[in-house]
Amino acid sequence: MLKIERLTKAFGQNIAVDTASVEINRPQMIGIIGRSGAGKSTLLRMLNRLTDHTSGTIHFEGQDITALKGSAKRAWQSQCAMIFQQFNLVPRMDVVSNVLHGTLNRRSTVATLFNLYPTEDIHRAIDILDRLGIAEHAPKRAEALSGGQQQRVAIARALMQDPRIILADEPIASLDPMNAQVVMQALRRIHEEDGRMVIANLHTLDTARRYCDRVIGMRAGKIVFDATPDKLTTDMAREIYGAGAEFSESATSTEIETLDASGKAKMEAEAYV
Amino acid sequence: MAETTAGVRDLGNIHDDYMALTRQKRLYSFILLVIFIALMVAGFSVAGGRNAGSFWGGLDNFFDYPAELVIEASGKLSELPSHFVTFFPALVETVNIAGAATLLGALAAIFLSLLSTRGMARFPTLIPVFRRIMDISRAIPEIVVALVLIFILGGGPVPAMIAIAIHTAGALGKLFSEVNENADLKPLDGLASVGATWGQKMTLGIIPQVAPNWLSYALLRFEINVRASAILGFVGAGGLGYELKNAISWGQGRYDEAAAIFLLLFITIVIIDQTSSHYRDCLTHGSKSERR
Repeated sequence: MLKIERLTKAFGQNIAVDTASVEINRPQMIGIIGRSGAGKSTLLRMLNRLTDHTSGTIHFEGQDITALKGSAKRAWQSQCAMIFQQFNLVPRMDVVSNVLHGTLNRRSTVATLFNLYPTEDIHRAIDILDRLGIAEHAPKRAEALSGGQQQRVAIARALMQDPRIILADEPIASLDPMNAQVVMQALRRIHEEDGRMVIANLHTLDTARRYCDRVIGMRAGKIVFDATPDKLTTDMAREIYGAGAEFSESATSTEIETLDASGKAKMEAEAYV
Repeated sequence: MAETTAGVRDLGNIHDDYMALTRQKRLYSFILLVIFIALMVAGFSVAGGRNAGSFWGGLDNFFDYPAELVIEASGKLSELPSHFVTFFPALVETVNIAGAATLLGALAAIFLSLLSTRGMARFPTLIPVFRRIMDISRAIPEIVVALVLIFILGGGPVPAMIAIAIHTAGALGKLFSEVNENADLKPLDGLASVGATWGQKMTLGIIPQVAPNWLSYALLRFEINVRASAILGFVGAGGLGYELKNAISWGQGRYDEAAAIFLLLFITIVIIDQTSSHYRDCLTHGSKSERR
C-alpha cells in the first residue's frame, strides 16, 4: 500500500529525516516514537506534502506521491488527512463549518466562500460529530471548546475527508490524561471500524504499546526500530531515546493507572528510606 | 431503550437546528450580496451621470498623456543624465523635508500614543483629549496646513516640514497606540512595584517591547512622506514638487524633465523601500532569536 524509500529531508546542514524506508502492506495503526527533534513530525508532513522532501520517494498504491503537483497534490492531501498537536482549527468558525472544511478539495472556492455546502454534507458532518460524542457542540465556535473536544473536531474534519490514511502529529501531547485516552480510543475505533490506516506520532511509550499494531522508533532522523509493540523492550526504548539506565517508562506515562502505580512504588521506596 | 430514543431525538434536533441556522446565515449573506451589488451599480450610474465627460468614452484617452510624455522624453534620452544632475539638489531637499517631518512627527506620536493608550496613560481621564488631538491632526489635509503656513511664514521647506510633521504625529500616533495595546502590561506592574516614575516605566517597560513595530511603521511613514513632500512642492514648498509642477504643465516641451523627475522619485522610493524592509527584517529576526 504505502512504500517509503530512502526518504530524506535536509534543512540546510541539518538532516531532519535520514534515508527512512518503511513499507506498509495493509491498513495498520502505526505509532512513531522518538525524542523531540528525531524527525517524526517532518516525516508525517512529507507524507501529507505539507513539507517538500529532499530525496527519496513515497509510493501509495503505485502512485508516486513525491512527484505530485498542483491539483493532483491537493487531491492526495484530501486522501491523506492530518491531525495536529495544536488542533489547527479555525477558532472563530463554528464546529460544523470546521468539520465541513474536510470537503474543501471537492468544492469550488466561490461555493465555500458563501457557505454553500450541500445539505447531505452538513448532515454527515453532524453524524460524524455524534460518532465522536460532541454533536451537542455543533453550532458553537471552535474556540469555545476544550482541548479534548477541539481535537475531536479535528478528527471529525479528518473523517469528513473520507481519507485512506489518517496522519496524527502528536494528537494527545497538549491534552490531559482523560482527554488523551478519549482521543486515542477514537483513533483506534476509526482504524478498527472503518479499516483506515492511522499513523500517529506519539510521545509516550505506553500509548504506542496500548493502541498500535506496529511501532516505528526514530532517532536523529533514522528509523532504528520497526516491529510489533511486544518487541519494544526497555533496552530498545533506551536505545531509541538515547537514554541511560535512569530511563523509566512510567515517568513519561500519561495513563492514570501507571501514574498511580509509579506513585505507589515511589511512596514505598520512600517508606524504605 | 428510552435513553436511545431520546438520544436519537436529540440528534434529530441538532440536525434541524443547525440546518435552520445555516439557512438563516445564507439568507443574510445573500441579502448582503444583493445590497452590495445594488449599491455598486447605483453609485456607478450616479457618478457616471455627474461626470463632465463619459467614463467609458474617456477611457480610450486614458493613456494619451503618459504616451505623449514617454514619446517626447524618449526623443531626448541623451539629456536625461544631465537632468538627473540638475534636479538632484531638489530631490535632497524633498527627502530632507520628509526625513525631518518623520522624525519630529514620530517623536510627537510616541508621546501621544503613550498618553492615549489605556493601562499606560499618565492621565487616564485625559485619554479622550489626546485621542481627539490625534484625530484632528490626521483629519486636516497636509496641503491645507501647508498653504496656511506658507501664507504666514512665506514659501520654503519649513512650512512643508511642519505640515507633514503634524499629519505624521496623528497618523503614527494612531498606529503606535494600536501597537501599545498589544504590549504586555506585566512589566509595568513589576517596575511600579519598585517605585519607578511614569517616564521610567515607559522607557524601560514598554519601549523595548514595541520598538521594532514602531520603527517599522515609522519607516513606512517616511516613504509616504517623501511622496507627500513632493506634492507640497506644487503649492510652493520647494523641492522636487516645484520643479515637477513647472515641467509637467501641458505643451511646454519639457516632458523630458518631468520624466527625469518621475524616475528620480521612483528610484528614491525603491531605495527607501529596500533599505527599510532590510532593517525591518533584521529587527524581527533579532527579536525572534531572542525569544528562542
